[in-house]
Amino acid sequence: MKYTEDHEWLRVEGDLVVVGITEHAAEALGDVVFIELPEAGDVSKGDEICVIESVKAASDILAPLDGEIVEVNDALAETPSLVNEDPLGNWFFKMKVADLSALDGFMDEAAYKEMIG
Amino acid sequence: MTDLLRTGLYDLHVELGAKMVPFAGYEMPVQYPMGVLKEHLHTRAGAGLFDVSHMGQVILRAQSGKAADAAAALEALVPVDLMSLAEGRQRYAMFTDAAGGILDDLMVANRGDHLFVVVNAACKAQDIAHMRAHLDLEVQEITDRALLALQGPAAETALTRLVPGVAAMRFMDVGVFDWQGATLWVSRSGYTGEDGFEISVPDAQTLAFARALLAMDEVAPIGLGARDSLRLEAGLCLYGHDIDTTTSPVEGALTWAIQKARRTGGARAGGFPGADRILRELAEGPARRRMGLRPEGRAPMREGVDLYAGPEGGAPIGRVTSGGFGPSINAPMAMAYLPADLPEGTTVYGDVRGKRLPARIVPMPFQPTTYKR
Repeated sequence: MKYTEDHEWLRVEGDLVVVGITEHAAEALGDVVFIELPEAGDVSKGDEICVIESVKAASDILAPLDGEIVEVNDALAETPSLVNEDPLGNWFFKMKVADLSALDGFMDEAAYKEMIG
Repeated sequence: MTDLLRTGLYDLHVELGAKMVPFAGYEMPVQYPMGVLKEHLHTRAGAGLFDVSHMGQVILRAQSGKAADAAAALEALVPVDLMSLAEGRQRYAMFTDAAGGILDDLMVANRGDHLFVVVNAACKAQDIAHMRAHLDLEVQEITDRALLALQGPAAETALTRLVPGVAAMRFMDVGVFDWQGATLWVSRSGYTGEDGFEISVPDAQTLAFARALLAMDEVAPIGLGARDSLRLEAGLCLYGHDIDTTTSPVEGALTWAIQKARRTGGARAGGFPGADRILRELAEGPARRRMGLRPEGRAPMREGVDLYAGPEGGAPIGRVTSGGFGPSINAPMAMAYLPADLPEGTTVYGDVRGKRLPARIVPMPFQPTTYKR
């Protein structure tokens, strides 16, 4: 598992990267009431591709890498509170990237834990 | 950065695990570990305890020692009939300015020999200066009392265990009660749409009083986050957002608070700041008015969202002033200013992140109120 500075977790599954948000992010967001998932297709790193609305505010999820969104987790759009119940178990989208070695640049768990303090 | 003030319950909030945030110059609990959603639902199902000690508590006294004389004087600053406010009763009011805008909204209670006024935290210094400048009354800011709100269907059950006398109160009654030697100023009112009480407690007894309530199964501490979603579901205005100096009480859909006596043809018509505009808008109708919106789907339309008549093109016809997700109605809701001639049921379109999403104009409150009238 790898982590971004934007509090996403990244997990490799075959030739895909599975993306979700961390427990820390879910707790900071508060109760999630609405999720707008990305559409399938090409994205660039840093694109705002997903919106999470909690009872407090709206937040964006950024594309962690250049690539192609190939699958989204519709169950999350149906039941947004799943993110609060189990942020690590509920992924947002799966993407295909040109080179999985791009993940090496992200933080491991120890580094992420150090960042959030 | 100026130093933030703390209420007498600051340490208790921290002990209870609250997340503290700056609000109106105070460090206040925005939520507890339960979280905004569950705090909201708990208040509608049981009883929620809110620390609202940041709000201003003010006593207004006339030299005569009669509340009626203080009421007559205060009428010069509000478009509200205070002369008919009976002893032991409370009424909603707003300070207006010369242009007919709203300086603040407030609660006014007749307590026999004086008026007791509660104003918003962010406006209290300005309100007190305003009253001192314009009223020939003693204006006494109360600084040695906390203000707590206990709200929800179990509020009466919980509070009567400590103060049996409150059971006889009805919505907007005020009274003075004793709890273990502490003199409580209680009103049956609140800001959630639920039955409940606001209780002014001497500082020395506040912590013990709060702990006594929190020890009850029905009672949970509730933060400002749920306070906001509760009041929005109840269709209640938040000063500085839904009403301010750019909105008149008529535009703000607060005409119910302007009684007949202060309207054209009434016994004491006019005589408050901005009367020209406010009486004209009462007669002719305002150009725009605060309305309720129910966005379709689940995406909230938050404060600042521009509203359009159609799904494409055109200039904005209004703007959202408060918006979010209503946990009890399990749907998004918003308040907005829109052209006053738009009937209920009209669909307008809000620009949410570049997409125009439909929302229907609906009556408020969004969630039925349960005041004990």
